[in-house]
Amino acid sequence: MADSGVTDGSLKKDEIERSKSEGRELTKEEKQRLRKEKKQQKKNKEKKDDNASQESEKEKKSVSSSSSAPQPPTQPATQKAPSAVPAPAPAVVPASETPAPVEKPAKSKAELKAERRARQEAERASKQGKKGETGQQAATGKPKAPPSELQPVVKRLPEHIQVDNPDVLKKLAKKLERQQIPLRLDYGYKVSLFSHLHQYSRKAPLTQQLSIPSSVIHPAIVRLGLQYSQGIVAGSNARSVALLHAFKQVIRDYTTPPNEELSRDLVNKLKPYISFLNQCRPLSASMGNAIKYIKKEISNIPSQCKEEEAKGKLLNCIECYINEKIILAAKAIAKYAIEKISDGDVILVYGCSSLVNHILCEAFEKNRKFRVIVVDSRPRLEGREALRRLVQRGISCTYVLISAVSYILPEVSKVFLGAHALLANGYVMSRVGTSQIALVAKAFNVPVLVCCETYKFCERVQTDSFVSNELDDPDDLIVTRKGKTQLEDWQQVPLLGLLNLVYDVTPPDFVDLVITDLGMIPCTSVPVVLRVKNVDL
Amino acid sequence: MPGSDKETDLTERIEAFLSDLKRGGSGTGPLRGSAETARETTALLRRITAQARWSSAGDLMEIIRKEGRRMTAAQPSETTVGNMIRRVLKIIREEYARSRGSSEETDQQESLHKLLTSGGLSEENFRQHFAALKANVIEAINELLTELEGTTDNIAMQALEHIHSNEVIMTIGRSRTVEAFLKDAARKRKFHVIVAECAPFCQGHEMATSLSKAGIETTVITDAAIFAVMSRVNKVIIGTQTVLANGGLRAVNGTHTLALAAKHHSTPLIVCAPMFKLSPQVRREYTINNSNNHFVSSGEILSKVNVHCPVFDYVPPELITLFISNIGGHAPSYIYRLMSELYHPEDHEL
Repeated sequence: MADSGVTDGSLKKDEIERSKSEGRELTKEEKQRLRKEKKQQKKNKEKKDDNASQESEKEKKSVSSSSSAPQPPTQPATQKAPSAVPAPAPAVVPASETPAPVEKPAKSKAELKAERRARQEAERASKQGKKGETGQQAATGKPKAPPSELQPVVKRLPEHIQVDNPDVLKKLAKKLERQQIPLRLDYGYKVSLFSHLHQYSRKAPLTQQLSIPSSVIHPAIVRLGLQYSQGIVAGSNARSVALLHAFKQVIRDYTTPPNEELSRDLVNKLKPYISFLNQCRPLSASMGNAIKYIKKEISNIPSQCKEEEAKGKLLNCIECYINEKIILAAKAIAKYAIEKISDGDVILVYGCSSLVNHILCEAFEKNRKFRVIVVDSRPRLEGREALRRLVQRGISCTYVLISAVSYILPEVSKVFLGAHALLANGYVMSRVGTSQIALVAKAFNVPVLVCCETYKFCERVQTDSFVSNELDDPDDLIVTRKGKTQLEDWQQVPLLGLLNLVYDVTPPDFVDLVITDLGMIPCTSVPVVLRVKNVDL
Repeated sequence: MPGSDKETDLTERIEAFLSDLKRGGSGTGPLRGSAETARETTALLRRITAQARWSSAGDLMEIIRKEGRRMTAAQPSETTVGNMIRRVLKIIREEYARSRGSSEETDQQESLHKLLTSGGLSEENFRQHFAALKANVIEAINELLTELEGTTDNIAMQALEHIHSNEVIMTIGRSRTVEAFLKDAARKRKFHVIVAECAPFCQGHEMATSLSKAGIETTVITDAAIFAVMSRVNKVIIGTQTVLANGGLRAVNGTHTLALAAKHHSTPLIVCAPMFKLSPQVRREYTINNSNNHFVSSGEILSKVNVHCPVFDYVPPELITLFISNIGGHAPSYIYRLMSELYHPEDHEL
């Protein structure tokens, strides 16, 4: 297998030399071949055929995982940044892979590279042999091991929680440079407990560093990135839907370049977009799952499919995803939740969750008699938006700040909370302050119900709000009271730090019930649902 | 006539004090710390003792009670006024008893026999006239004033016993006592302070700037993040507006949540409260009216929405680990005993 590669490589090498002298940018394929050559020459002695079939299975996983774009911490092993070097080589093979979790056997890098190379050769040979069986390849390429096998799990950390590691930052910078995306700089003094996270300023959006018109990034994506970083589009569902719509636009405007396959090239086109959006604002769990789904759909497009047909199919897939996972799921959840709302209830909600608002409006239409207490917190004050929506429908509402929760809770009969993601160990990741409300509700023996669609479930585990979080602009905390702005020049004061957290995790013992589109489950059943979902995929 | 001049002067002062109290509560007047209020109240009571017309202890107590009722009615949430009045009444009783010659210990004993036979000196006993009573009472009130002046320092002196190096301490809002406490410890030890800003008035911001200027590494967090960061906090140190008779607190809005979070993480909750904040009152609710809506600005839905903005929180004694006062540290279960030393049971209702 290696020999064919060598002969192949030498031919291509001349081409590459020629293009280099012409000063043309090397195409992706050429760059990959060059790197492959170098690796081949270095590692001629290594074992290649050792457990080729089994390892290649695992290799495919690591290959596919390292080749998919930087995903939110839900897919920690899929981060490209920590391994910029082996990344481009596997990019040749992503077509048949389904980007999915997550296993990387703990072997030496050299052996991995050798096996990967061997695998690529086998793939290419087999591909030429059986063109019409890409579907089967996808099936064989399916990285999910049968549930009975326990894979050794050595995950790679996502880049965005390793900000204090200069090597990781350098790799990220190199990757972004390659994709021609500007790097966003951190702002302000970071509290030492959170020095491993990014902290950006809203006044310095990434788009200021882009040249307009930007040829690398699709304008719909640029607009989306700006909307994210300025907080115009906020909320888990809204962000996912906006992302999917932007991707639909991208797909509509996409044309396959000659000598490229749509299934492979489109995925590669999406990667810099995803990096850009990640720089604008870290991706949420729901967005990560949506991206995974799109990539899978794209790579499943058979190669003999015509471009128009393929594009139509993809657009249809995205439509279906939005419809099923978000809109219909909301209806199903509302149906279950309305059973839990009785007449005379006093319901407490926190912040602005589109799902919870939907449930309350539906319940009101079905003539349930209840009143709502909206709890809000600085600095985002999202509760005002929820208040506006509910009052417009005619629901009687009360408004308090989160510090008054223990004052108002004796009146409350139920607490409804939305979620940003549900983690595999049963913790609920949601807007900061949610865990506090759940805590106080527990102390007063008020039931806490969390409403969450299944597409927000993710396989990460987390026990506190420090290890992985998002730091918002610290200047948001500055406020003027009685004519004085105390924190105005906080940057000048050396020992003063402002902390503006976005998320926190709620332990499962505070949550009584989770309402999903699959039904009402306890918090601890989340990994079961994940397993069922993945087997279906 | 000098007598009536003194009287009018006295009434003027009392009226001025009352109007100050009223304004302070509505937020329009200058904001005073409770220590200042206590000092002014005591000074005013000393003046009443000196200048008002009275012939026996009973008369004096009646005058003070009358004025005291007016003062507490002017600003019910400012409990230090009532506390000081009760202290002075207790002083009068003690001085009277000393002048009469009966030992103080018999008064203190709360034997079952005494309780059953309707214990305590009855009003009639205060009718005797003693010449030296006035001077003694004024002297005792002066002692009380000295004590009041030294409370913050006394509390701050105990700081090093409770704070060690590299600790993370959390506090909420702004308390002058806690500020002095932390600054005193910072002279010798290095530690980190997290301040919860305590919306909507955000007094925590002032506290944070003041602490950071004193060389303490400070972080400001929002109220919503209290539980999120609590797992890294070693101690919670707070001030309070009032210490209730059962060992509970009436403290600034948000303290109950803080106390629950600390309990969940088994973090000790330390309350720095001088003795003049100890009140025999029971729990009561205090709310600002909806007219104080400076944190809800959108006009058209305002009329259809109820807005609540409570000023104080009640914290039950089970959530508190330690009280640090100017006379040392106590457990919440000991507060009832301290109270019986400070106030006479008959004075609990003015």
